[in-house]
Amino acid sequence: MSVMKPKRDVGIIGYGAYVPRFRIRAEEIARVWGGADEGVPIEEKAVPGLDEDTVTMSIEAARNALARAGIQPKQLRAVWVGSESHPYAVKPSSTIVAEAIGAAGRANHDSPLLAADWEFACKAGTEALQAAIALVGSGMADYAMAIGMDTAQGRPGDALEYTAGAGGAAYIVGPAENSLAYFEGSYSYVTDTPDFFRREHQHYPQHGNRFTGEPAYFDHTLHAARGLMDELGYQPSDFAYAIFHQPNVKFPQTAARKLGFAPEQIAPGLLAGKIGNTYSGAAMLGATAVLDIAKPGDRILLCSFGSGAGSDAFSWVVTDKILERRGRAPKTAWYVARREVIDYALYARYRGKLVMN
Amino acid sequence: MQSVSVVGIGQTKVKEHWDRSLRELAVQAILGAMQDARVDHADALYVGNMLSGELTAQENLGALIADAVGLRGIEALKVEAACGSGGAALRAGYLAIASGEYDVVIVAGAEKLTESSNCYATASLAMAADADYEAIHGISFVALNALLMRRYMHEYDLVPEDFAAFSINAHANAAHNPYAMFPAPITLAQYQRARPVSEPISVMDSAPMGDGAAALVLMPTERLNGNRNRAVKIAASAVATDALALHARRDPLWFGAVELSAKKAYAQAGVTPQEIDLFEVHDAFSIMSVMSLEAAGLAERGRGAYLAREGEIGIQGRVPISTMGGLKARGHPVGATGVYQAVEVVQQLRGEAGKNQVPNAHIGMAQSLGGVAANAVTHIFVN
Amino acid sequence: MDLARHWRLKDQRYRLEGTVCAECGAKFFPPRQVCTECKSTNLKPHEFAGRGELYSFTTVSAPPSGHEEFVPYIVGMVKLDEGPLVEAQITDVNPADVKIGQRVEMVTRKLRAYGDDGVIVYGYKFRPIVNGS
Repeated sequence: MSVMKPKRDVGIIGYGAYVPRFRIRAEEIARVWGGADEGVPIEEKAVPGLDEDTVTMSIEAARNALARAGIQPKQLRAVWVGSESHPYAVKPSSTIVAEAIGAAGRANHDSPLLAADWEFACKAGTEALQAAIALVGSGMADYAMAIGMDTAQGRPGDALEYTAGAGGAAYIVGPAENSLAYFEGSYSYVTDTPDFFRREHQHYPQHGNRFTGEPAYFDHTLHAARGLMDELGYQPSDFAYAIFHQPNVKFPQTAARKLGFAPEQIAPGLLAGKIGNTYSGAAMLGATAVLDIAKPGDRILLCSFGSGAGSDAFSWVVTDKILERRGRAPKTAWYVARREVIDYALYARYRGKLVMN
Repeated sequence: MQSVSVVGIGQTKVKEHWDRSLRELAVQAILGAMQDARVDHADALYVGNMLSGELTAQENLGALIADAVGLRGIEALKVEAACGSGGAALRAGYLAIASGEYDVVIVAGAEKLTESSNCYATASLAMAADADYEAIHGISFVALNALLMRRYMHEYDLVPEDFAAFSINAHANAAHNPYAMFPAPITLAQYQRARPVSEPISVMDSAPMGDGAAALVLMPTERLNGNRNRAVKIAASAVATDALALHARRDPLWFGAVELSAKKAYAQAGVTPQEIDLFEVHDAFSIMSVMSLEAAGLAERGRGAYLAREGEIGIQGRVPISTMGGLKARGHPVGATGVYQAVEVVQQLRGEAGKNQVPNAHIGMAQSLGGVAANAVTHIFVN
Repeated sequence: MDLARHWRLKDQRYRLEGTVCAECGAKFFPPRQVCTECKSTNLKPHEFAGRGELYSFTTVSAPPSGHEEFVPYIVGMVKLDEGPLVEAQITDVNPADVKIGQRVEMVTRKLRAYGDDGVIVYGYKFRPIVNGS
């Protein structure tokens, strides 16, 4: 068996979403830069406010996850934040998040805690989730938190600017018997594929245009998803829902079709059209939207993709604990529906695109 | 304790003094006061100032100004109580005479606010509030007063126009004060059109930042000799405090320090609030005038704004306030303001207030507030 | 940059940690060392729930230095359900939709940054209560 699964059974005991409230319409970006003739890849994308960043957004998602989990913050043994937009180049986001949610700090001197920031383009969050599964599965910890969160930046005028959004989700992994979705296994696949990258000290990333598709997104996503299903002996029809990384709307739709998933299996977890590509948050946030509506017994495929490149695929089965827990915090759909549309000028200001000095 | 009198006053015009330094302004005001008092020496100098360190990189004003004015060697120090620094300096000077320690004391207030950028001055003025719990949230000093004004309007069902008469009165009085920063009357329409700063406060509710200096010469009343004619006695000097931060106050809409210091002052002077002939109120913002009038016992609670609307605060009114323009129109060089107020009360009690002369003025009160009335310094003068 | 100063205050800024008087039960935010009610110095940490109603508010468009990048922003006084008033920014809302008496809840946001190369200060703000369940 090459499926990855710890000896101890684990599952998701709490989850929380966050999407900032501002939106810019894709047609507004097209108005400024032209290009509307070619069509736009999404309707609109989420934009963080001036007082928001990956840290503050992670804190809200983490608080939502804790509320659903119903555990004390000091029971956590890890707070891991996956992002490509950590506010500091050097200084962990995760320690700030851990203190803010009460998992670290003066009152926690008797509770050991791991904290670290993860970076793997758009798969940093699921990488942290794999580690949380391993930490709890090994018996080193009962509870570990993995967050995928981003406030992504696209170069003005670049194709990426239409989609680079903001948002993400936090998950608490714990023992399977206390889970709202237990873990069946995961499959990860990575290669050295330079489809998208950002060099040190650069504000905006570079990408390989169509090279980001076939050899990058599709090769890794399909390989990981097929690997997982083959190893577990499942067909697409065994899953109630599937969530794929969503740099736009078309890529996950195409991947789903190639794998044999029906549109209705991926629709609830496909948020990119409304909030853009939330990078490390994208697949994880799609999964919170699914957990918000899933029934006990539903099997869920979660498959991320991060440039550079790699994919993590997971299989989860929802338990009846979902029913009492999901109402304890705002749902993903509420965050998606909460929206304040801004124009390109405000967007440029909020995203630090005005030359001030 | 011996009785204390003011025997000399001096002041500079309040404005943006691009061409004059803090020390030059202070020297000009002090020399004016000494000439007025006909003294050529002093035993001590107390300088009221809030922001010399922050805005002009200059502390140790006592030694600096004593030397600059030709009094090298005397006791001299700076007194700081935020925007109430001037009143606090007068309090220090009063105690130095009343205690019998000295025979001639100079009290000066000097401030230079326009040396730095606006944002920097705004941040500096916010130092009068609580740095860790107010200023870090970007709550400017104006915003603190706006929070009070909004709540006050909510509690008492008022609109901004109900506060207009304070500004109109101040500007009308400033028109006849050659030292005032904005010596021009304004209309209700101008008030209504004014640019908002922090709603509901507009520029017409706010005292302008300016540079300036004022000074007083104090002597024991018993030793006035040739100065007796124009001397004005300090009948009361009282200071009280409240919680610095608005959130820490039991009732943010009540100026507890104003009430305490005013009551102490009335008791010392043996007068009732109704006997006060004029009141130099700390009208940094209209809402401060309203709340000060109430806490000082000159208006009922919730009725402070009505006093202005009913015309009671004019020169001929029952409670004339801001008689030379107040902070609003004379200008507000923060640490100097308390001394300007005292100078103006002395002008009134001497009968030297010109077109702004309050008829039969015998008892005048000046009140200098630090922060949003976290510190209240009240002085009552009699002629 | 005031590194130690902001570090020292993080329990208060991140989680509204105030104090409760062990003698008379009075609750304080920000924390106090001496009880204003009974003068006791026996005060213990107390975490506030972070909900309350708006006592007053205003908008800042002429900011103190360090806050220029955020203008215009709303500041307010919040009456916490446990009693104390707290001053903070009101976020996630347009000025026209802010009302005295409105129910609000604490969120953690960026208070300011010390330039592009300095420390970022995070802390409490309040927003109209979210009911997204």
